Amino acid sequence: MFGLGILSGLLIVPLAGAAFILTLNGDEEAVKRNARWAALATTVITFLLSLVAWGRYDATSSSFQLVESHAWLTDTIRFKLGVDGFSMPLILLTTFLMPFCIGASWHAIGTRVKEYFVAFLVLETTMIGVFEALDLVLFYLFFEAGLIPMFLIIGIWGGKRRIYASFKFFLYTLLGSVLMLLAIMAMYWHAGTTDIPTLLQTRFPTGMQTWLWLAFFASFAVKMPMWPVHTWLPDAHVEAPTAGSVILAGILLKMGGYGFIRVSLPMFPDASHHFAPLVFALSIIAIIFTSLIAMMQTDIKKLIAYSSVAHMGFVTLGLFTMNEQGIQGALFLMISHGIVSGALFLCVGVVYDRMHTREIAAYGGLVNRMPLYAVAMMVFTMANVGLPGTSGFVGEFLAMTGAFKANPTVAFFSVFGIILSAAYALWLYARVIYGKLEKPSLKGILDLDNREKLILAPLVALTIYYGVHPAPILDTFAPSTEALMASIKTALSNTQTAAAALPVAR
Amino acid sequence: MTAAQTVLPTLAPLLPELILGVGVMVLILYGAFRGERSVEGVNVGALLLLLLAFFVVVSQPAGLKVTTLSGAFISDAFSRVMKGLILLGSAATILLSRDYFQRERIDRFEYPILIVLCTIGMMVMASANDLIALYLGLELQSLAAYVIAAFHRDDLKSTEAGLKYFVLGALSSGMLLYGASLIYGFTGTVSFPGIVSALHGSASLGIVLGIVFVAAGVAFKMSAVPFHMWTPDVYEGSPTPVTAFFASAPKMAAVAMTVRVFIGAFPDLTAVWQQIIVFVAIASMALGSFAAIGQRNIKRLMAYSSIGNIGYALIGLAAGSQEGVQGVVIYMIIYLAMTLGAFAIILSLRRRDEMFETIDDLSGLSRTHPVLAFCLAMMMFSLAGIPPLAGFFAKFYVFAAAIKAGLVTLAVIGVVTSVVGAYYYLRIVKVMYFDEAKAPYEAMAPGLRIVLAVSSVVVILFFLVPGPLRGAADAAARSLF
Repeated sequence: MFGLGILSGLLIVPLAGAAFILTLNGDEEAVKRNARWAALATTVITFLLSLVAWGRYDATSSSFQLVESHAWLTDTIRFKLGVDGFSMPLILLTTFLMPFCIGASWHAIGTRVKEYFVAFLVLETTMIGVFEALDLVLFYLFFEAGLIPMFLIIGIWGGKRRIYASFKFFLYTLLGSVLMLLAIMAMYWHAGTTDIPTLLQTRFPTGMQTWLWLAFFASFAVKMPMWPVHTWLPDAHVEAPTAGSVILAGILLKMGGYGFIRVSLPMFPDASHHFAPLVFALSIIAIIFTSLIAMMQTDIKKLIAYSSVAHMGFVTLGLFTMNEQGIQGALFLMISHGIVSGALFLCVGVVYDRMHTREIAAYGGLVNRMPLYAVAMMVFTMANVGLPGTSGFVGEFLAMTGAFKANPTVAFFSVFGIILSAAYALWLYARVIYGKLEKPSLKGILDLDNREKLILAPLVALTIYYGVHPAPILDTFAPSTEALMASIKTALSNTQTAAAALPVAR
Repeated sequence: MTAAQTVLPTLAPLLPELILGVGVMVLILYGAFRGERSVEGVNVGALLLLLLAFFVVVSQPAGLKVTTLSGAFISDAFSRVMKGLILLGSAATILLSRDYFQRERIDRFEYPILIVLCTIGMMVMASANDLIALYLGLELQSLAAYVIAAFHRDDLKSTEAGLKYFVLGALSSGMLLYGASLIYGFTGTVSFPGIVSALHGSASLGIVLGIVFVAAGVAFKMSAVPFHMWTPDVYEGSPTPVTAFFASAPKMAAVAMTVRVFIGAFPDLTAVWQQIIVFVAIASMALGSFAAIGQRNIKRLMAYSSIGNIGYALIGLAAGSQEGVQGVVIYMIIYLAMTLGAFAIILSLRRRDEMFETIDDLSGLSRTHPVLAFCLAMMMFSLAGIPPLAGFFAKFYVFAAAIKAGLVTLAVIGVVTSVVGAYYYLRIVKVMYFDEAKAPYEAMAPGLRIVLAVSSVVVILFFLVPGPLRGAADAAARSLF
């Protein structure tokens, strides 16, 4: 339509929904109701549209598909969109989670409802755009543009320390990304284009790769977030409204991992190889250190936030093993963590809406009054721990298998993460759900209502389904992973041959 | 033997300036005869004159590059783009001023006339092809500007601003003139192409000294560090529409003049002036970012913001390349839109006859005036350089040019200061969106609405169709190389 393909459609539909909500006028209650339904309809339509895109997508090929390219900044910086095995699942994850976020905000958001949903829909466009962009400048544009709605979501509808959290989130991420912008420019002048497929074929000189890798690392490590630049995340998570936390944990954290797999690994293979030990070290520290921190938290959301940092440690670990198991595992973990951590934040939202506190100590014995809630929470807790049979297991297992192949010592230390995650997650579950229901404030608490059942049931189903049948996701990743492996291998062997040939040439 | 004959210079390239010149004299006569009753007519007349000149400038053939007045005046794509910006800035100022001046009861017919005279000076600056023409344009611009800074003559702050501006401005003009005389003394010519051929790419100490003095003079006009001290006081003291004017059109002219002097007269001496520009750029960006953090008055804040923005624009000039100049032109186009939009909102913070100009007065604006708050938030995010707003692309082009020229350190310092700067722009968004609402302000005057609408469209939708503006900037940069 109008020369635009289905991928542009995915960007335009949420914006159109946002524009429609902006035009709503009149009676305040009616506006609120209409805004909710319009936002829900928009996100559902976007999800259906992404399923259509998925139907047209050929999962056996590693090339970019559904590509569309429009004139933009210059002849070589174009508005180019496309998907491959890495981005398609993440787009589906984004569009899938959005209706749940809208659902979770149904009653929780009472003030400035219109603006809230507009911000969310704009945020959806920027997130989809990050995964669809096939031009680095366009990628950067969406990567950064998401800061504006997220800043407002945390700052307007957040908790007590929302202003501190929103500023920290914004400035931290911005500082990381501006260096990436300079690196993109350097790549542009070297290769003459910022077209991602072309850059994937370009070999950058080894010395230049080092600097480019570091600049991109600055951005992705903050977004990921990796230890020691993770400190914005707990603040942002705790202060954000429930749906904001879901998006933050479910999608925004995946942008860092996606960036590594889209840019750092394939475009700078030598530098990635060179810096892999650094990434391993940071990942191990993240896994062990933040798990220990998580154990000591008294705030449920903060605990889950730290556990996210630990899980992202597994993702970076897997990615930089640079073997098939590691990368596949990391990617699977990204999808699984998107569903599971999102669901955990939704669970926190359920009790927060009732009690208006996130203190662990304020709860206890919920199983007596909320059996359904206890079941749902249990499934997600187990998936967070990585219990076999849940989606959490597959990713962590593969990532560790890859790590073992690359460096057994690293794999040895990473296993502690599993033990520690069991410790903090189960302890949290025990303190909140088990025991006697003694607190007077909890006596009248109600179990899940229909809206909440509708939100949590599909997530429970998916967590278990992908735990026993991970093939659909892994098969989608496979062709792209294989292509990536092949290109890294040639690049590294070329460098080695060149290095070996150097003394002879002298 | 032929009789001495006077050949009239070709006047076609001067047409926009002539229109304004003749028109402004008619307006002066009209004003002198009709007295205070003429204010309305002079305002409308000045606005029409500026718009007419704008259309004449835009409709001049694109590839044309001609000199006239014995080579003192040049009309090329660069001068046309910059003149277009200057004229738009001046026209917007007249739209912004009307309501304010009426309410403050300083509504006199001299004001639009001074704006038009100032505009003629600025246009000559953008088209100057020798040092004399440059100085003439600069002085015409400056003298008019000194007067309008003090236009609220019963107001202590305004008169102080005018006096300060005049004393410091005269000093800087003197420095520029001294530098120009050194350059003339060592090359024997004042024309830019003549200087290029006389120097042969090598610089004696006298020339270097001359360049330093000229740089000091132009840095003052651009309000770049270390010659920025007048800016916050003059911006705060002047009537707000005049502040909007100083932050928009004269900046365009000063940057155009700077590019003309360095790229036009000393293209082969990049090594000499590059370090000056790099230092000035870094100092301006750093001061603009850090000093703005503590400000409570929006006009002062905008003053520091404009200092910082000049620093970013100068990054493009420091690159000394065609991409760099293209970046500077794009930066100025977008900066004009952002500044005028921001001032349109500042000017609408009014309840009865009281103007509000501290940041706290914006508190909760998103509740009382959602559209206004949204527009100002977009201007602030844009000034902070967040995509997809126009300010991002402005920074993108200058930084890209710096990276290509190998000025990586400069670019890194630039992006880091832009993050610091983002802090105070965000603070305005925070005050508007996160804080409690105050009593609503009066409805916007129509002139403000027009300016705000146009600049918001440019800032928000630039990313959809960047082609036309980028093309214009590209042509402008190509005409200098």
